[in-house]
Amino acid sequence: MSVALPPADIARALTRISHEILERNGGSSNLVLLGIPTRGAHLAQRIGSIIQGIESRAVPVGTLDITLHRDDLRLRPPRALMPTKIPPAGIEGKDVVLIDDVFFSGRTIRAALDALGEIGRPRTVQLAVLVDRGHRELPIRADYVGKNLPTSLDQSVRVHLTEIDGVDEVLIGSTGSL
Amino acid sequence: MKHLLSINDLSQSEAIAILDTATELARVSDAPMKKLPTLRGRTIVNLFAEDSTRTRISFEAAAKRLSADVINFSAKGSSVSKGESLKDTAQTLQAMGADAVIIRHQASGAAHRLATSKWMSGTVINAGDGTHEHPSQALLDAYTLRKHLMQGAKNLQGLHVAIVGDILHSRVARSNVLLLSKLGATVSVVAPPTLLPVGVESWNAHVSYDFDELIPNVDAIMMLRVQSERMNELYFPNAREYSRYFGLNSDRVKRMKKDSIIMHPGPMNRGLEITADVADSARSVIVEQVSNGVSVRMAILYTLLTGEGIESGALV
Repeated sequence: MSVALPPADIARALTRISHEILERNGGSSNLVLLGIPTRGAHLAQRIGSIIQGIESRAVPVGTLDITLHRDDLRLRPPRALMPTKIPPAGIEGKDVVLIDDVFFSGRTIRAALDALGEIGRPRTVQLAVLVDRGHRELPIRADYVGKNLPTSLDQSVRVHLTEIDGVDEVLIGSTGSL
Repeated sequence: MKHLLSINDLSQSEAIAILDTATELARVSDAPMKKLPTLRGRTIVNLFAEDSTRTRISFEAAAKRLSADVINFSAKGSSVSKGESLKDTAQTLQAMGADAVIIRHQASGAAHRLATSKWMSGTVINAGDGTHEHPSQALLDAYTLRKHLMQGAKNLQGLHVAIVGDILHSRVARSNVLLLSKLGATVSVVAPPTLLPVGVESWNAHVSYDFDELIPNVDAIMMLRVQSERMNELYFPNAREYSRYFGLNSDRVKRMKKDSIIMHPGPMNRGLEITADVADSARSVIVEQVSNGVSVRMAILYTLLTGEGIESGALV
């Protein structure tokens, strides 16, 4: 697999996304960041701390596990459930930014919207992703994109983050090389 | 894993995965919106040839919280009471398109028969077969023990659990001995010799006839119901003598370890194996076992009914 994004590019992309989120929402006062486990949760933490550095105030960061809302549960082996942690102030009336690592078919985000609907009614829901690899199967788009990575369907994209994998990088390769 | 017939079907890591899943699913039971779309469109049949309150309602609540359609089927009021065989019943359920059958039956091995025969193709979950096994009960007991006594650890390493009473007739005891020892706990079974099965020495458990001696050393006491409906001969002289030696009363509770807990799979014979004040005391987690049962059974249904037709562990 070849490296599509080295560590410095990932850091720059996250910084830019953080600024874009603040610009679009006019500050962080009504923001809630929700990462989709596993790697989206770590990205949400990072964006949260970058925003805190800019605004000098903490922004609520949580996680949202969407496994139970997936539409492919019959087609795949059972998946382990990850924690959902909604910040104590909730999401009612907030500007919620969903954060994930790779944006692909859009089905994860569809499931996330369903999962959110059961928790409350945010004022807006936005989507930030580190990599958009295309091939959408649903009419869903991202508001903040770290890097657009044109791929073919038989290629695979892997995001590695220091918190889990010991290194920051985005890899791209053909499925056979995995 | 397609069926859950016995604790022996589970490896240690599979058992822990079910407990972890149950931990996450427990928050659904606490949420105002107690419903997930996970098993939408699947049909689950509760086939109960033997009476049950807790297990049937618990499986029904679990299936409904995951949006499955539930059909309740009890022997009374069905063709089973007209003498229909298990085979014919199974074929009827197959024809109706049941994705899973949760079976409670008075015959040991009934669930296994249903799963291994070619009578139906769905998933079979054993909800108690005769005096053999009751795996979902053992899983919810392990979940309750882990939640109360293990401070975030995944297994039950270092725990000492006493299972007391009618071991002979108890499928709960069999499943619990298998599961708790698999998860690293030490298990002692305590009963009068007449209520211990032949071959108990081959179990992964210590055998004791002296309840009082064990009490100060255990982290949890699991009382079993005296199953008088299965007793067609005399197993102990009288109820008063049984209570005196093997019943849990407040005097015995006073000698229990600090932070130790009291469990009972229900239904209780208050005054026989457990006194009413002990059953309702602060150490008792008997009611909580019931609510944990729903989360654990949701986890069992989730694990067995997703990824249908895919060998476990296969990557897609």
